[in-house]
Amino acid sequence: MPLITPLLILVGVVGLLLAHAFVPSVRRWSWKAFLGIAVVMFLVQPYLALSWAPPEREMGEVQRIMYMHVPQVWMALLALTLNFCCSVAFLLKKSWVTDALAEASAEVGVYFGAVGVTLGAIWAKPTWGVYWDWDPRLTTAAIMIVIYMGYLTLRRFVEDPEKRATWSSVMGIISYVDLPVLWFSVKWWNSLHQVQSSPKTVDPDMTMVLRWSATMFLCLLSVFIIHRFRVAYAARQAEVAPPEALAPGAA
Amino acid sequence: MSGLLGQSLLVLRKDLLIEWRTRARLNALIFFAIATLLLFSFALGPDTVMMRKHAAGYLWLGLLFSSMLSLGESFRIESENLAMDGLKLIPVDPRAIFLGKTMGNTLLLWLLSLVLLPVTIALFDVTVTLGWPTLVGIFLVGSMAISAPGTVYAAIASHARARDVLLPLLLFPILIPALLAVVKATHLVFEGDLMDQLKSWMRLLGCFAIIYWTLGFLLFPKVLEDD
Repeated sequence: MPLITPLLILVGVVGLLLAHAFVPSVRRWSWKAFLGIAVVMFLVQPYLALSWAPPEREMGEVQRIMYMHVPQVWMALLALTLNFCCSVAFLLKKSWVTDALAEASAEVGVYFGAVGVTLGAIWAKPTWGVYWDWDPRLTTAAIMIVIYMGYLTLRRFVEDPEKRATWSSVMGIISYVDLPVLWFSVKWWNSLHQVQSSPKTVDPDMTMVLRWSATMFLCLLSVFIIHRFRVAYAARQAEVAPPEALAPGAA
Repeated sequence: MSGLLGQSLLVLRKDLLIEWRTRARLNALIFFAIATLLLFSFALGPDTVMMRKHAAGYLWLGLLFSSMLSLGESFRIESENLAMDGLKLIPVDPRAIFLGKTMGNTLLLWLLSLVLLPVTIALFDVTVTLGWPTLVGIFLVGSMAISAPGTVYAAIASHARARDVLLPLLLFPILIPALLAVVKATHLVFEGDLMDQLKSWMRLLGCFAIIYWTLGFLLFPKVLEDD
């Protein structure tokens, strides 16, 4: 398979995401397209990750868990960055769309983060000898998950939709402080967790499989967020709808 | 007095005056903090070497638990007789309310840390190796780093359901990095700084304090908006 394939698919997926954001008619079917791409890529991914990519020199076969661990954490960071952008956008201009999107992205982000950290722990056992170590990268990742669980709790604890949206936006912005620390922790502290690899230092086949997995998870992330957004937006509409007697069309 | 700083100082003065006139609350806070420290030494047994080694952590955990009470209290007094609405109608700039409240909470926490210090020295047998001014400075920056997000979240939690559960739930996780830095810095002052690590931990702590104060200053008006 040509090494450029996942990049081409990625360009298509990003294009579709942009279309989803700006062209309303696309929104009716785009999630099906994302799901379809994700399923097709997922059928090939185990072969690519388990057999096609070469084993790593030091860690051997166990390193293959990277193709699941790294993209999932990337998706968590992406989703939480979306949450941060929606929080800023809501404070600048109130809108139920950004509020619902913030809720959706935080929830999906926590899910991907938790799965990514769990996979990391499974990888750590054979390579470091322990599931968990209090190294800065792991600590900041754990903090990230707990912070955003607190964020989701706050959303459950405030009944008034407008206050809930404003306060959770404030919290979304303050919470985001942890993410740059998480990203740079491996560079600043030079600890047990390895630093980010660059495509220049890694076998091109490995890079290709990693990109393949990342694109696959991006599609999955999009499906999750689109669906969770619809649920959140419908809930918001129901909350702020006027009582039945006042609704337009009522006698 | 007008201007942002003038208004902040007025809010600070009001809060300190309330604190002074209801000294029973302040006493309760001090006893709560001392009781927490005592509980640590009871819970962990008579291993003096271990206690000395971890004294900085116990001290800051005691301060953190006490700050939950003082932060919650600083907004509970505003909900009585709709005091917060009155304050906004004067009108006081919401940012001045943030600055005043945060300065008040910082001051309270800082004084509490100074009260707890002799207790820590007595209970855990620590020595101040690097000099008192450094330690007092670390206490001040640590109190600042806890107070800024604490004030924002206490304002949010004071209007939400189950506020006593919500405040620690929201605040503890985001304080972990700052707490880590301040405990490490305090530990180095107690045990000596052979590897010259104090500066980098203080830099981290200072960064968090600055970021939290800036974000709180910018975002606090939104929290108070139409509630």
